[in-house]
Amino acid sequence: MNNLKELLQGNEAVARGLYEAGVRIVSSYPGTPSTEITETAAKYDEIYCEWAPNEKVAAEVAAGAAIGGARSFCGMKHVGLNVAADPVFTMSYIGVNAGMVIGVADDPGMHSSQNEQDSRNYAIAAKLLMLEPSDSAECRDMTKLAYTLSEQFDTPVMLRLSTRIAHSRSIVDTTERENVPLKPYEKNQAKNIMLPAFARPKHEFVEKRTAAERAWAETCALNFVEDNGAKTGVIVAGSAYKYAKEALGDTVNYLKLGVINPLPVEKIRQFAQGLETVYVIEELDDIIESHCKKIGVAVIGKDVFPRCGEFSQKLIAEKLGIPRGESVALEENIPVRPPVMCCGCPHRGLFYALKREGVYVSGDIGCYTLGASAPLGAMDACICMGASVSALHGFNKARGAEAEKKSVAVIGDSTFIHSGITSLIDIAYNRSNSTVVILDNSITGMTGHQQNPTTGYTIKGDPTSAVDLEALCHAIGISDVRVVDPYDLKATRAAIHEALAAECPSVVISRRPCALLKTVKHKPALRVDAEKCIGCKACMGIGCPAISVRDGKAVIDATQCVGCGVCTSLCPKQAIGE
Amino acid sequence: MKSVMIVGVGGQGTLLASRVLGRVMLDAGYDVKVSEVHGMSQRGGSVVTYVRWGERVESPVINEGEADILLAFEQLEAARYLPYLKKGGVIVTNTQKIDPMPVITGAAVYPEGLLEKLRAAGAHLTAVDALALAEQAGSQKAVNVVLIGAMAALLDIPEESWLAAIEKTVPAKFLDMNKRAFVLGYGA
Repeated sequence: MNNLKELLQGNEAVARGLYEAGVRIVSSYPGTPSTEITETAAKYDEIYCEWAPNEKVAAEVAAGAAIGGARSFCGMKHVGLNVAADPVFTMSYIGVNAGMVIGVADDPGMHSSQNEQDSRNYAIAAKLLMLEPSDSAECRDMTKLAYTLSEQFDTPVMLRLSTRIAHSRSIVDTTERENVPLKPYEKNQAKNIMLPAFARPKHEFVEKRTAAERAWAETCALNFVEDNGAKTGVIVAGSAYKYAKEALGDTVNYLKLGVINPLPVEKIRQFAQGLETVYVIEELDDIIESHCKKIGVAVIGKDVFPRCGEFSQKLIAEKLGIPRGESVALEENIPVRPPVMCCGCPHRGLFYALKREGVYVSGDIGCYTLGASAPLGAMDACICMGASVSALHGFNKARGAEAEKKSVAVIGDSTFIHSGITSLIDIAYNRSNSTVVILDNSITGMTGHQQNPTTGYTIKGDPTSAVDLEALCHAIGISDVRVVDPYDLKATRAAIHEALAAECPSVVISRRPCALLKTVKHKPALRVDAEKCIGCKACMGIGCPAISVRDGKAVIDATQCVGCGVCTSLCPKQAIGE
Repeated sequence: MKSVMIVGVGGQGTLLASRVLGRVMLDAGYDVKVSEVHGMSQRGGSVVTYVRWGERVESPVINEGEADILLAFEQLEAARYLPYLKKGGVIVTNTQKIDPMPVITGAAVYPEGLLEKLRAAGAHLTAVDALALAEQAGSQKAVNVVLIGAMAALLDIPEESWLAAIEKTVPAKFLDMNKRAFVLGYGA
């Protein structure tokens, strides 16, 4: 594998960088658009890789490995960094023994996220060096450089990606793995124990470190100027650099920033000198723009370019008044095509039962958030990972015993492990008669089938211990625990009904593996007997994408149906069968 | 620089199509960028991938009025993304129709006569019954490779290069079936 050219996804290129940099330990929690970094890293035998229960655990594993002398990495999506923030902020004070890199992928445009937060704010707040690549080649190069910088400045380094960088493929040169031996570990309490007496001098150290990093950022090759002899300049980073290059070509001068924190001062002042106009083109917040204004460089940024959503070459051209090619649209109402629960999805039966009960549903993050969509519409609120359980407890404490009888939380197996357990302990400990439904589909579904502590397998596919959900519920003080198969609508409705009626905290485990798992055998497609079908559309109530009504009769698409049979029990005329 | 936009319904295999096309253009010596969509959109939603190649490619995304070819795995998706096609661009579309949820629930209607309307809008359109050809090749799942074949017939790259790229991209046990699917699409 010496000096091969490959077409790699940004995430794969980061993983390649980890491999080549001699990284030994990777611990992450999956989250779009960051997941493939760790999935790809797991394919290298030389790297120990794991799915951690959540991002805080992952960051702490990486921190411990770095203290222990191994180059380490943890990866997460932007909202995962909120969970990991606690160890990250203090690791900034402690620094490293061997290099440590925190990869975080933002999602401008919210392709698969609940908010559009800008992780660059974290680098500033935690006073950490942050690099941002603009294509796959830079993903690999910056990942490798990040380890050198981490060890040189004694700091964890953040690598910021965005969806278009993480999930775009471009050409990467690859080379061999560097042999980086495990560094010796020496006990050093003043460095590694953040008691106030040790932490105070460490804060002084962090401020001096930032000054040294800024001095380096003034001259480093990652921050470079492309002088086209123009009167207009553009300061740009990450994906916006490529959009700007396409939209503006060589009509402007560029200052491309690869180091996002700390930002250079003299470099920016020099770039702006002699230019008539300087634009800052950055997605999301006004981080670079505010810095420029603070150091007395007049720039135009968010007065022209939006704070919300993803940028493109089109957006940049339009905002700067550059004409674009023509395009046509049909004068036709094109129905939207929102994502839906898959055919045979085990969540469908459960949400149908909740819809029929007419209960308040406290939702969570995963495929099952799609239970909010029509025609099921069985969700009232959804905040963040694990919030379904604790927010239900708060809702019920606010609204009392009546609400307890008419409300549930829904949470997937992986999300429950991530941050639902402590919330369920709150329900048990502080006694609300809340009902929590754990949707156990034996996998982390939404991010593309990752193993988790309930599945019995590691990221490398090796068998391991599995969390016993029933025993765990019992152990924390919940005695009312039921298990149902969500394909059995009658039993599912009965279980929900009984759990709601119980005068104690209760858990319903809705258990059936994800229909997309390779190990799940599908049954033959079902079909509708047109003679028996009366066109009542009862079967349509579950929102299965395989069922539609044509000429007043229900029709099942044989190419999609996996024979789950949930629709059969809804038909009053028994018209659906094999 | 050439831009191909591949659109379809989550689960139809648009990602594989973009990878094969990217691989072919890489092997032909071009700079290549491919942009994929993962996560939420995979679940039966409208999905889009971009493939761009040339001497030098900057942006990985394709905007309105920039696509030379729109490769659609489903009719409604062809219509949805028509504005991304360049003036005089080519549409290669599967004739298959897949009802989106608003049509299934009766909140919206699947428009009639889309292929004629796309032609009337000035697009050069090739329509392929990829599902029937995929079944002929041996599996309904080969719809994506049939459509790669139909698109390949429009591009100036030898057929062997495509077959070599498919060989590098699909699992060995499905290779023969996928090669049959490609050839059926190429001749369609």
